[in-house]
Amino acid sequence: MSLFIGQGVLKGMLLTLREFIGTYPAGRVLLRMLGRPVGSGLFTVSYPEQKQQHSERFRYFPFLVYDGTPENLRCVSCKICEQECPPQCIHIVGPEKDAQGRPLKKNGRTYPVEFDIDTSICMSCRICVDVCPFDAIEMDNQYELSSTGRFNEMLFDKEKLLKSNEYFQKIKPTEAKTVDQRLAAKKPKAPEAPAAAAQPPQPPSA
Amino acid sequence: MSLPPVLASHDQLFVNAKRALLEFLSRWLPDWAVIGVSMLVTIGAIAAVAPAIMMYLTWLERKIIARIQNRFGPDRVGVYGLMQPLADGLKMLNKEDIVPRGADALLHIAAPILSVVPAILLFAIMPFGRNMIAADLNVGLLYLFAVSSVGSYAIFMGGWASRSKFSFLGAMRSVAQIISYEVPGVLSAVAVIMVTGTLSLVGIVEAQESRWFAFTPWGFVACLMFFLSGVAEVNRTPFDMPEAESELVGGFHTEYSGMKFALWYMAEFLESFAVCAFTVTLFFGGWQGPPVPFWTLGLLLIPVVVTAGRLPVPARAVGAAAVLGATVLWGVQPIPSWIWFLTKTYVLVFVLVWFRGTLPRLRVDQLMGLAWKFFLPLALVNIFAAGIWMWFPFPVGTAASALLLLVSAWLLVRVNAPAPMHPRTYILAD
Repeated sequence: MSLFIGQGVLKGMLLTLREFIGTYPAGRVLLRMLGRPVGSGLFTVSYPEQKQQHSERFRYFPFLVYDGTPENLRCVSCKICEQECPPQCIHIVGPEKDAQGRPLKKNGRTYPVEFDIDTSICMSCRICVDVCPFDAIEMDNQYELSSTGRFNEMLFDKEKLLKSNEYFQKIKPTEAKTVDQRLAAKKPKAPEAPAAAAQPPQPPSA
Repeated sequence: MSLPPVLASHDQLFVNAKRALLEFLSRWLPDWAVIGVSMLVTIGAIAAVAPAIMMYLTWLERKIIARIQNRFGPDRVGVYGLMQPLADGLKMLNKEDIVPRGADALLHIAAPILSVVPAILLFAIMPFGRNMIAADLNVGLLYLFAVSSVGSYAIFMGGWASRSKFSFLGAMRSVAQIISYEVPGVLSAVAVIMVTGTLSLVGIVEAQESRWFAFTPWGFVACLMFFLSGVAEVNRTPFDMPEAESELVGGFHTEYSGMKFALWYMAEFLESFAVCAFTVTLFFGGWQGPPVPFWTLGLLLIPVVVTAGRLPVPARAVGAAAVLGATVLWGVQPIPSWIWFLTKTYVLVFVLVWFRGTLPRLRVDQLMGLAWKFFLPLALVNIFAAGIWMWFPFPVGTAASALLLLVSAWLLVRVNAPAPMHPRTYILAD
């Protein structure tokens, strides 16, 4: 039973007034002085000037990882991701062949001639990352990719997709650490021998 | 201290400015032309001020609502989003003007115009300050109720001419609501007329020199009823049944676009400003400052001074400077009447937006029940209470009228309480 008529209305109005006052710094001081809860404060992130801190596992479009130099990319053009991609946004030409039709090798492995991802089709499902036996493709967290051209700017070619392993370690430290550990375990027995780099990497047994 | 006569008194700043202009013109113009110019200046001032008020009311409303919801509100166009109304206006001007097929095109365009005209006409009798009223009618209050009820014709006309179910339903609801709430609105003002013995708004303001009517028992009740009826008449939340988005798309203005739509909004905002302005005029002393001597305001500062120790140093310095400045200003010349009026009006505008930020929409039966079953009997009792207050000397009359109003409000709530439902038993539950 309420004490007087309109008590519930007044209570609700005081609540909204508190939220209103609590959005101003001086109002927060006032509310603290009065010993009242200060409300939730401003939630808004003024987007272009301020950006929200997104989680490490936030993902957007995939990118290709290289070790050291862009020529030393991990992708061997096995085309599993192309096969598995549900919206079929990946297009791979390769590997590069010599005159007899045998695949050319660089740094001990084959490499794609062309590697395109149509980001207007990609649905960010991460299946390409899961199926890649070489950990050559990973998910990026760049999301400010708006462009005016449907076919030119949104079709990412190999140059645009290649990013270094250091970048991967920077944006996703936890995931990059497990990937690096896995790759180190797969390396041949004599890691310090210079010939090791010439050996082709073994696909994972699993 | 040799100020030009126009600036001699900032209380009469605008009045003196107009007089100076007319004196300047009367050197060349004949008398009848000077009278014409005098009218045109007043009309021009109102025609220029009213849309400006409307534009910045939209900005104010969006800002306050946003802050209540822990957002910034418009802050992209100009500093603090101050150019937002202009951007909105440009957008409205660029929009296509759509008239539905089968609609009555003439009525469709006449309706929004007809709704803006009475809203602007209300500004003619708004006492903005001492001597600052366009037309001090001796039947000002009657004019107020006569003109403000024209708006319901416009709303029904717009809903009818749109040839749309949503518009028509919204218009019907609106007319039912406006007619219902006019009754308690007028009856609560009757108490004011009875006490002051005048229909002139200037007379009513002057009668409140010693006390504002909102601080008498009957005045408090009448003020609440007048203000809430006004809120209902201009279709604002929580009484915005005619434009309930969740049920009626947009209500009576569903089929309007572009500048015609903007005119509907202009009418609504101007009328809500007018509701606040006339509540201030009738119950909050209009353009007059608080009816207390200056030293009592000094007493109010004591708790501020006592608690100042808990404030950070910059805040204390700013506060001290503000108090000192206000004291000096007050001592040199009192706060101008038009600033008092606008301040009080904008405080009520804030309350109006505050309602919107807090209260959900009423159901149709609750809305009608509030008008007919609670406000109407209470307004009638209130007239009687005002009579008691006038007839008996100070403590007796105040106490008796307060008691009468409290008891009748309590009784009305008890009588109108919904019948308790029987607890529902579920036969097949176990």
